[in-house]
Amino acid sequence: MNTANPPVPENCSTVGVVTVENAVLSARGVDVYYGEKRAIKDVSVDIARNQVLAMIGPSGCGKSTFLRCLNRMNDTIEGCRVTGSITLEGQDIYDRSQDVVPLRARIGMVFQKPNPFPKSIYENVAYGPRIHGLAADRVELDEIVHTSLQRAGLWDEVKDRLTQPGTGLSGGQQQRLCIARTIAVNPEIILMDEPCSALDPIATARIEDLIDELREQYAIAIVTHSMQQAARVSQRTAYFHLGDLIEVGETDRIFTNPRHKLTEDYITGRFG
Amino acid sequence: MSHSVLLLALVVVAVLAYWVGKSRALSLVGGGRGIRNLHSLPSYYGFMAALWCAIPALIVMVLWVSAQDTVISKLVLSRLPSSVQSLDAGQLSLLKNDIRNVVSGAIPAESASPEVQAAAAGYRQLRSIADLSLVAVLLLVSGLGLFLARARIAPTLRARNSVEGVVEFMLMACSTLAIFVTVGIVLSVLYEALRFFHAVPVHEFVFGLKWSPQIAMRADQVGSSGAFGAVPLFLGTAVISGIAMLVAVPIGLFSAIYLAEYADRRFRSAVKPVLEILAGIPTVVYGFFAALTLGPFIRQLGESMGLEVASESALSAGLVMGIMIIPFVSSLADDMITAVPQSLRDGAYALGATRSETIRQVVLRAALPGIVGGVLLAISRAIGETMIVVMAAGLAANMTANPLAALTTVTVQIVTLLTGDQEFDSPKTLAAFALGLVLFCVTLLLNVVALRVVRKYREQYE
Amino acid sequence: MNKAEQTRARVEAGLKRRYAAERRFRAYGLGAVLLGLAFVVLLFSTLVSQGWSAFRQAYVTLDVQYDAAIIDPEGTRDTATLSTADYAALVRASLKARFPEAQSRQETKALYALVSSSAAQAVQARILGDPSRIGGHERLTFLANDRVDQLLKGRIDRNLDEDSRSLTDQQVGWIDALAADGALSLHFNKGFFTQGDSREPEQAGVWGAVVGSLFTLGVTLLLSFPIGVSAAIYLEEFARRGKWTDLIEVNINNLAAVPSIVFGLLGLAVFLNFFGMPRSAPLVGGIVLTLLTLPTIIIASRAALKAVPPSIREAALGMGASRIQMVMHHVFPLAMPGILTGTIIGMARALGETAPLLMIGMVAFIVDVPKGLSDPATVLPVQVYLWADSAERAFVERTSAAILVLLAFLIVMNAAAVYLRNRFERRW
Repeated sequence: MNTANPPVPENCSTVGVVTVENAVLSARGVDVYYGEKRAIKDVSVDIARNQVLAMIGPSGCGKSTFLRCLNRMNDTIEGCRVTGSITLEGQDIYDRSQDVVPLRARIGMVFQKPNPFPKSIYENVAYGPRIHGLAADRVELDEIVHTSLQRAGLWDEVKDRLTQPGTGLSGGQQQRLCIARTIAVNPEIILMDEPCSALDPIATARIEDLIDELREQYAIAIVTHSMQQAARVSQRTAYFHLGDLIEVGETDRIFTNPRHKLTEDYITGRFG
Repeated sequence: MSHSVLLLALVVVAVLAYWVGKSRALSLVGGGRGIRNLHSLPSYYGFMAALWCAIPALIVMVLWVSAQDTVISKLVLSRLPSSVQSLDAGQLSLLKNDIRNVVSGAIPAESASPEVQAAAAGYRQLRSIADLSLVAVLLLVSGLGLFLARARIAPTLRARNSVEGVVEFMLMACSTLAIFVTVGIVLSVLYEALRFFHAVPVHEFVFGLKWSPQIAMRADQVGSSGAFGAVPLFLGTAVISGIAMLVAVPIGLFSAIYLAEYADRRFRSAVKPVLEILAGIPTVVYGFFAALTLGPFIRQLGESMGLEVASESALSAGLVMGIMIIPFVSSLADDMITAVPQSLRDGAYALGATRSETIRQVVLRAALPGIVGGVLLAISRAIGETMIVVMAAGLAANMTANPLAALTTVTVQIVTLLTGDQEFDSPKTLAAFALGLVLFCVTLLLNVVALRVVRKYREQYE
Repeated sequence: MNKAEQTRARVEAGLKRRYAAERRFRAYGLGAVLLGLAFVVLLFSTLVSQGWSAFRQAYVTLDVQYDAAIIDPEGTRDTATLSTADYAALVRASLKARFPEAQSRQETKALYALVSSSAAQAVQARILGDPSRIGGHERLTFLANDRVDQLLKGRIDRNLDEDSRSLTDQQVGWIDALAADGALSLHFNKGFFTQGDSREPEQAGVWGAVVGSLFTLGVTLLLSFPIGVSAAIYLEEFARRGKWTDLIEVNINNLAAVPSIVFGLLGLAVFLNFFGMPRSAPLVGGIVLTLLTLPTIIIASRAALKAVPPSIREAALGMGASRIQMVMHHVFPLAMPGILTGTIIGMARALGETAPLLMIGMVAFIVDVPKGLSDPATVLPVQVYLWADSAERAFVERTSAAILVLLAFLIVMNAAAVYLRNRFERRW
């Protein structure tokens, strides 16, 4: 099913094309306030199926804040307010009638620091299916855990120690466990908040490969502080600066031919 | 001269020494302009002189005062006529008591025998001599200290370092007091308990099912040898503490969860202090409440349901003790819950877990070791709680786990055995120390385990 | 997309049940909080409703004839005679004059029981104050007996059968008659705040216990504050991490959780039996409570010292200060509010402590207000314990009132601690 993209506000100052065909999640004119402070200013962007959107920018530019709005994780922060509209297949996720619980089942999230629950590896992955009642019986649950771990590329490493605590894995394995945990709920969109920042290069490379594979089934938005990573894993890139979305476009185009001065400065390494 | 006056005099002398030391240092370098040539500030030379003057004198005084009485008594006894010397130890100690009482004026001198009167007079005389010579010795020691200190003072003397060394030593001494207290508890309780176990075998105490610590006043009395089987007390303690935990753990835990995870800041800041009032109320108040309000209420309630309830039932003591422990459990649980990192909550929320699912399956699971540690600490408090049970639980050592019956606890028995008039050496009073030993060991074990669990838990998330 | 829709349908299907569980869980939490609050309210309302009436007391006003024939039949007016005279007879006579219908021995005895035994002393004080009053008469106000007091306050049910209440019908009649012409009424109970303990409820006051508590706490404060702060400074600023400091730390943490009654056993075995210190004395009580509060003070002081940022220490050391100077000039003053808060909280705990003091004999019945550290004394919570054990009905309200006095002290201390914390504590 395909819904038409919502119209982009007239005053949108972002350079490049914010809309995209096949969009699942569309942000339009989103502002985020922490108390009085306006942390995100008038951001509009689409996230499309089978595509990775990378969000880059200097520290404190609001890219993580924006990401957390997309599955309403900001609800847990006191004094945080979101205006504008974010629509998931045409439905406003900040609408009063929208329930966050099923919403987050549809939009999963992976965090900066791996945060496995203090439970066994199996239970970590099975947790989501259990609370949402996705498995009818133990066999089905085993199947979900198995495929999730496999898709996260972790199965071969942990298949003999599923009952051991998830906190005992290495950092990279923990992060892949968190990804497995997320895809076990079979979401439509996966949000990743600097998923590799706490990992070594080898683990990072594995996660990047994994992201590329996951793209075949999910819409992915990833915040990263590494331009190389953005260039490697994403098809589209959005550049944030002090709460503004400066420029968005095809990754190749952004990195070879940025149109905005700020984007160019950042990419060429003049600041950041 | 009383000792407090002596102490005061010593302080005055030390102040004097401070002044002497300071001015000596200043005069050595030719007054205020020469301070640069001193190793330390002038006041440190003063402090050094004061310490040299006061500390040896203080040590001498403490030793003297603690030995004085024993030495004088020995002297007095050795002067007694030989007919008295040959008395056996018991009579001799009675005589010593008489002499002491006459000296302190507790017994009028006229009522005592002539030997005692003479001995008392001798005692008085020796004591006044001792007092005078103490003053003389103290003067000598402090004067000598001051003289030596003054002679040592030189511009290169590291006065500050030596003063600070002394201060640091005193700081350290204060911190080791905790060890001495523990050792003191163990030794004193253990010593008396061992004396008790001479009279009553350990296995009888630990496994005996009958507790009636009435001891015969005279050796020839029959049928009142006393029974010291402590199992009924352990049972009573366990039942009452169990009831208390049944009240305190769910209420404390749930209110901690609600306040930490659900309540908004205004509600939390209004309600938390009110709940903490419960922790600040003296236990004797809870005891009064249990004995005079809740006890009769439960009894009436039981009667209206056709149950037989003792007026001092374990139930009322346990319920009130539970109320007392609620804030203890809830504040510990609150600490543990807030120590769980937000990232774990985020992980669960991001999967679409509801709040209660996150709390039950992630937060509580993560905080479980800490909470268990907290509950162990709470149990240790319940076991050691005294006033509530003394006032509300009764004295009858019944062998039953029925919460509606009157039960007694270890702490209640310690109090009843040791209050009131009895001689200190009877098995009855010594039994209190044996109970105290059990109490100390059990709570110590619980505390050590709990503190270790809690510490490990905290380190995990630091 | 088929699979995604299937997932969505399953999630939706479980939502209702999951939200019901959510609401239940939340209700349990709120219920627990409300239950806790209800206990607080219940406790305080019980205490206040039982205790407030003890602040007022029944007084009887009688016309007393200073009959020379009874006080001083020989007319010598010397103090020895005057101070041993039978003043109770004067009080009895004035009661008899007021109610001449009391004839039999039993009736007169019941009549005389209406006035407290302290009335004779009050008359004696009047005469000794001015012997020229002999021969005259005067209206004097006496304490009424505790049962009269309880009847006026409605705590003795006058509708009960005569046999099951502690006053006879006749006595109730006299009390009503006295009350009707204003000779018997309730006034502020000054004696409660100025007198020591007594076997007679109407004469019992808390002042002796308050003074005992002040002496005991004074000793505790003088000992525990310097020792506790020194220990905290040593552990936090000087001690090197090692087995020895670990041992000290473990000891302090354990002592904080040792039942208070064990400290009482220590006090009994060591201070009373080994060192031969006096029983029931505030000095010993203070020492025992010192041992009890030291861990609290040390732990709080260490936390306060730890909160001072290292940059302050580095700055002081960088200026060439010695470690002692660094602590005394910078760290300790900055940590002072926190240390004081901890100390006050420790003192509040010591004030409410009862069990260890029972062990060292502070439960004795003591009428006189203590004048020194080695006088026999009792403290407020022990007074509460003693009164709670007494049989007379009138002691129930006095116990509650004594608790209110105790709680008032505690509230003031805790308020001071909160004030200190809010006023002076700084966040780094």
